[in-house]
Amino acid sequence: MIRVANLYKSFGAQNVLKGVNIEFATGKITTIVGTSGCGKTVLLKHLNALLLPDKGEVFVDNVDITKLGQKDLYQIRGKFGVLFQGAALLDSMTVFDNIAFPLREKTRTRESDINKKVAERLDQVGLGAMGHKFPAELSGGMKKRAGLARALIMDPGIVLFDEPTTGLDPVLATSIHQLIARTHAAFGFTGIVVSHTIPQVFDISDYVAMLANGVVEEITPPEIFRASQNPVVQQFIQGKTEGPIQVL
Amino acid sequence: MFSLLGRTGQFALDQVAGMGRIFLFLVTAVFQAFRPPAKIRLIVYHIKTIGVDSLSVVALSGFFTGMVMGFQGYYSLRKFNAESWLGSATALGLLRELGPVLSAFMVTGRTGSAMAAELGTMRATEQIDALYSMAINPIKYLVSPRIVASLLAMPLLTAIFNVIGIFGSYVVGVGILGVSSGSFFSGMENSVVFHDVYSGVVKSVCFGLIITWICCYKGFNAPPMATGVSQATTESVVLSFVLILVWDYFLTSIML
Repeated sequence: MIRVANLYKSFGAQNVLKGVNIEFATGKITTIVGTSGCGKTVLLKHLNALLLPDKGEVFVDNVDITKLGQKDLYQIRGKFGVLFQGAALLDSMTVFDNIAFPLREKTRTRESDINKKVAERLDQVGLGAMGHKFPAELSGGMKKRAGLARALIMDPGIVLFDEPTTGLDPVLATSIHQLIARTHAAFGFTGIVVSHTIPQVFDISDYVAMLANGVVEEITPPEIFRASQNPVVQQFIQGKTEGPIQVL
Repeated sequence: MFSLLGRTGQFALDQVAGMGRIFLFLVTAVFQAFRPPAKIRLIVYHIKTIGVDSLSVVALSGFFTGMVMGFQGYYSLRKFNAESWLGSATALGLLRELGPVLSAFMVTGRTGSAMAAELGTMRATEQIDALYSMAINPIKYLVSPRIVASLLAMPLLTAIFNVIGIFGSYVVGVGILGVSSGSFFSGMENSVVFHDVYSGVVKSVCFGLIITWICCYKGFNAPPMATGVSQATTESVVLSFVLILVWDYFLTSIML
C-alpha cells in the first residue's frame, strides 16, 4: 500500500506540490492526470524517494520512506519497477544487457537463468528479436517496451509509469496501454501511471486521480471521473483554457 | 548596504556548501570503491578508456614536448658551455614537472571532458535516476571504478610521456644539434635520483584523482539539459586544469 500525506515540494520560488493527499489501491492501476508541468512526475518521483519532500510523508507498506537512511531506501526501491518517460535505458549496453542488468547487479542468479528470464520478458513485450540491439537503434515505442521489460524483470510489487505514451503516435500509444494492461493482468502489480493521454488511458485504469494547482482534486474510477461535476476535472477533460486550472 | 552584505554572505555560504558537496562526493566514491563487490570488469574497461585510449595523444605530446625541451635546453645551456647537461636537464624537467602536469592536461582534455559529458547526458536522460530506482548506487557503479582506473592509469601514462619526451630531446639534442650521445645519457644517469621519479609518480596519482573526481562530479550534477551538459564539460576541464596547477605547486613545495 502506498499513501501520500500532506506532501509539499518547491523548486526555488515555484511551489509545485501544495499538500498532496492520495492513497493508491494495492494491485490496481491508478492513473494520475493533469496539465503539463502540474507536478505529476514530481509526485511520482516522491513515491520511490528519487525526490524528497519539503514537508509531508510518503508511506510504502506503512513505512514513511521520507525518514529512511540510504541503506533502507535502497531496500524500499527494490520493491519498485520504474518505466521512465524516455525509457532511460543505459545506452552503453544492449537491450538484453539492460534488462538483465538488475538481476546481475542485485541478485546471484545464474547466467543461464538470467538468459531464460530476460528472453521471456523480451517476448512478453514483443521484442524477442531485439535483444542484441543498442537503445540508440530502437524506435521510441521499442524503447518504452524495453524499459517496461526492465521494470518488470525483478517481479516488483509496484510499477511506476512516467508518461509511458508521450511522444508516440496514437496506434503505438494504444499498444503500450494494452501492454501495460496485459502485464498488469499477468503480474498483478500495483500500477501508478502518470499520463495526460485522455481518454485512452481510462481504459487501463482502475482509478483516475486529477492533480491540479498542487493538490489532488479528485480520485475516482474512470467512469465516475468522466461524469464528475468538479469544474477542474471538466476543464481538463474538455481541454478548456478558461476555468479553475491555472494555465501557465 | 544590507542587501549587498546579505548577497555577499549568501554567496559565501553557497561556496562553502558547494565545497562540502564536492568533498562528500569524493569521500563517498572512495568509500564505495572499497566496498564489495569490487567492479573489476568496469575498472578494467575504464583503464582502457582512460589509459589505452589516451596513449596516442600522450605519446605525441610527449615527443614534441621533449623536442622543444631539446632546442630550448640546448640554447640556454650553450650560454654556460654546458650543452652536455642537456640529457640531465630534460630528464629532471620531465620527471619532476612537465611529465605529470602535461600528461594530466592531455588526459583531462581527452578523457575527463568525455567523462563529464557522458555522466551529464546520463543525468539529462534519467539514466542516473534509473540506477537509483533499480536500487543500484550510481556513485559505486559510475564513479568509483573510474577513480580506481585513473589512479592506476595516470602514473603509467606519465611514465610513457617521460620516456618518449626524453627520446624527443635525444633526437633534437644528439641527432640535430650534435650533443654527444654519451654525455646526454651519462648526465642523466648522474643527476636523476629515485626521489625525482618518485615525486613524479606521486604527482601523477594525485592528478589522476583530481581529474576523475572533478569531471565525474561536474557531470553527475549537471543540470538536466543540453546546455547543462556543455556547461558541466567546460567547467570540469577548466577546474581540473586549475586544481592540477594549484596542487602541483603544493606537492612541489613539499617534495622539493
